[in-house]
Amino acid sequence: MLSIKNLKASVDGKAILNGIDLEVNAGEVHAIMGPNGSGKSTLAHILSGRDGYTVNDGEVHYLGQNLLDLETEARAHRGIFLAMQYPVELPGVNNMTFLRESMNAIRKARGEAEIDAVSFMKQVRHRAKQVKLDEKLLKRSVNTGFSGGEKKRNEILQMMMLEPQLAILDETDSGLDIDALRTVADGVNLLRSPDRALIVVTHYQRLLDYIEPDFVHVLASGRVIRSGGKALALELEEKGYEWLQEGAVA
Amino acid sequence: MGLVDSEMETLIRSDYAEGFVTQIESDTLPPGLDESVIRTISSRKQEPEWMLEKRLAAYQFWLNMQEPDWATIRHPPIDFNGISYYSSPKKKPQLDSLDEVDPELLATYEKLGIPLEEQKALAGVAVDAVFDSVSVATTFRESLSEAGVIFCSMSEAIREYPSLVQQYMGTVVPHKDNFFAALNSAVFSDGTFVYIPRGVKCPMELSTYFRINEANTGQFERTLIIAEEGSQVSYLEGCTAPMRDENQLHAAVVELVALEDARIKYSTVQNWYPGDNQGRGGIYNFVTKRGDCRGDRSRISWTQVETGSAVTWKYPSCILRGKNSVGEFYSVAVTKGLQQADTGTKMIHIGENSHSTIVSKGISAMQGSNAYRGLVRVAAKAENARNHTQCDSLLIGDQCAAHTFPYIEVKNPTARVEHEATTSKVSEDQLFYCRQRGLTEENAVSMIVNGFCKEVFNELPMEFAVEAQKLLAVSLEGAVG
Ligand SMILES: Nc1ncnc2c1ncn2[C@@H]1O[C@H](COP(=O)(O)OP(=O)(O)OP(=O)(O)O)[C@@H](O)[C@H]1O
Ligand SMILES: [Mg+2]
Repeated sequence: MLSIKNLKASVDGKAILNGIDLEVNAGEVHAIMGPNGSGKSTLAHILSGRDGYTVNDGEVHYLGQNLLDLETEARAHRGIFLAMQYPVELPGVNNMTFLRESMNAIRKARGEAEIDAVSFMKQVRHRAKQVKLDEKLLKRSVNTGFSGGEKKRNEILQMMMLEPQLAILDETDSGLDIDALRTVADGVNLLRSPDRALIVVTHYQRLLDYIEPDFVHVLASGRVIRSGGKALALELEEKGYEWLQEGAVA
Repeated sequence: MGLVDSEMETLIRSDYAEGFVTQIESDTLPPGLDESVIRTISSRKQEPEWMLEKRLAAYQFWLNMQEPDWATIRHPPIDFNGISYYSSPKKKPQLDSLDEVDPELLATYEKLGIPLEEQKALAGVAVDAVFDSVSVATTFRESLSEAGVIFCSMSEAIREYPSLVQQYMGTVVPHKDNFFAALNSAVFSDGTFVYIPRGVKCPMELSTYFRINEANTGQFERTLIIAEEGSQVSYLEGCTAPMRDENQLHAAVVELVALEDARIKYSTVQNWYPGDNQGRGGIYNFVTKRGDCRGDRSRISWTQVETGSAVTWKYPSCILRGKNSVGEFYSVAVTKGLQQADTGTKMIHIGENSHSTIVSKGISAMQGSNAYRGLVRVAAKAENARNHTQCDSLLIGDQCAAHTFPYIEVKNPTARVEHEATTSKVSEDQLFYCRQRGLTEENAVSMIVNGFCKEVFNELPMEFAVEAQKLLAVSLEGAVG
């Protein structure tokens, strides 16, 4: 589904990704771990099409297309979803309206009919319950004045409504209390399916107890320095990153 | 005449596009302004002597006035002798079909979802019998007159209801008020007159829409609305469709009078031609709008959505004379390209317990310049006056400008005056977030802008609010990037 080959990218002339290789197939869950500043969010942004990054080398293919050629919204239309590390506030924009506009924009781009108001309401209520998001937040402005945890739940709500092909979760677990972590993980697990792939960026092994990854990758200085099964995460939890980084240099 | 003047004159006279060719009517006066011009205007309109005298007095006063220069707007000098002050009110440029209309204008009508027959009316195409505006207007008038409401053109009012006009005209905006008000008082072409009798709640929204096919009175419009004790009226001015006009200078005067317990709600959508990419040919809009809350517990509410014109100079105000009277001002002003707006309000608290609310939303995109200028004055007698001002600016891109000029004068210690101001930008983060969720950049901007304006749109009558949202989206098309 997603194939990244030797991806090198920079911001303002500063190299951040230094040759990433990653293969993600439908049905798989990949965890990406790695120290602060190693380039995890940068990778997530480049995959979802954020401006401001220069790709200097490498290729990214997604569902048989050159992903880097596509506009940001076109990627969303083709099923890429990014749950952001820092969800953005949109003052004055009603949360539900935003979600509905978003759904309809994606549907329209796919040549599907817009969702009618009644089924939308039904769905959104049902999903909000699943992620334990207070219904009052649906009526407020997008993320505006939401607590850290509420913002993350709202991201998961959007993800569940939009049913992406490839979901990238950038530290969705950071700042969540244990119950919230549980709920968010349950939400993600509900989405797991043979035709969908997930990339989960996290610092904590704990999330991976709930969302069991098929693969774990360690990113350091813009490179994947180690890949393995879920046991790798446990090892990291115990030893930290340094033993790997030293190994990488050697 | 200097180079600038002659250029100005060309601008004033030039047609905006193919399809807007106006034939010079035989009863169009040559450019220039003197007493004889004013006499001619008055006599062609068959006005009574007192009206002529009012006009002449205003003219004499105007001659000794200076154009105001304190606003943040810049434009070439206006040659007041290069303007024709009277043309036959009946003959709008008439085209035979929409094929003759500027395609760009049609595309915009299309985007705004304006029905075909209405498009014709707006663009000045001869309208056929299918568009039965006459019968709509007639039904409309019948139910109004049943309620005793007078809704007619100012010319008609001067002839038919002279005592009302004489009693109220110029009492809210005297000709001495300012340069443009004096000019308007001398040469006003036509406008709207509304009278709501005591205790009557006007049965429908009064809209200039119903006067679309009447005289083209855009240039020096004069409006007077009188709400008698305990009456209520909501008046809608303008429309979202882009309006083009062969007159570059607009100087309207609007006067509102609310007596005891009366309520007037005045909503404007202004979308006059803003000029081309170089800012050429756009309308200069110098408007004086003022409401007088004369009676106790009276209430006047101004709501405006200003997206058009090259230059906007406009401060709809309230004089809160009555005890417990309420004044409100809700404004959205958009400037993009080379548009400039200097707009705001004045709330003059005289009556005890008078309250006012100001919500101003300025949006600047591209090189647009947007200034909020607001005065809150609390007179010594105004015990317990309250004002709350919320003044927000939204910037799109980094070449535009927003200014805020709040003036507060308080002469009574019991007053409570609050002013809040914010400036924000449509951020890169916000745009990315929206696009990641599948929205185009334009949709994202329009969504963020509409969110920003929500408090004001909520004040508009329902139908207007929907149109205003669409209008904003269309106005800001291409403003990003
Ligand atoms: N716009 C930018 N301008 C300059 N430097 C940037 C920019 N964006 C990212 N960087 C730098 O790139 C590096 C990688 O950042 P990134 O956010 O991808 O790290 P991360 O792995 O997600 O870290 P964290 O675990 O703290 O979220 C950091 O050193 C960061 O400062
Ligand atoms: Mg990060």
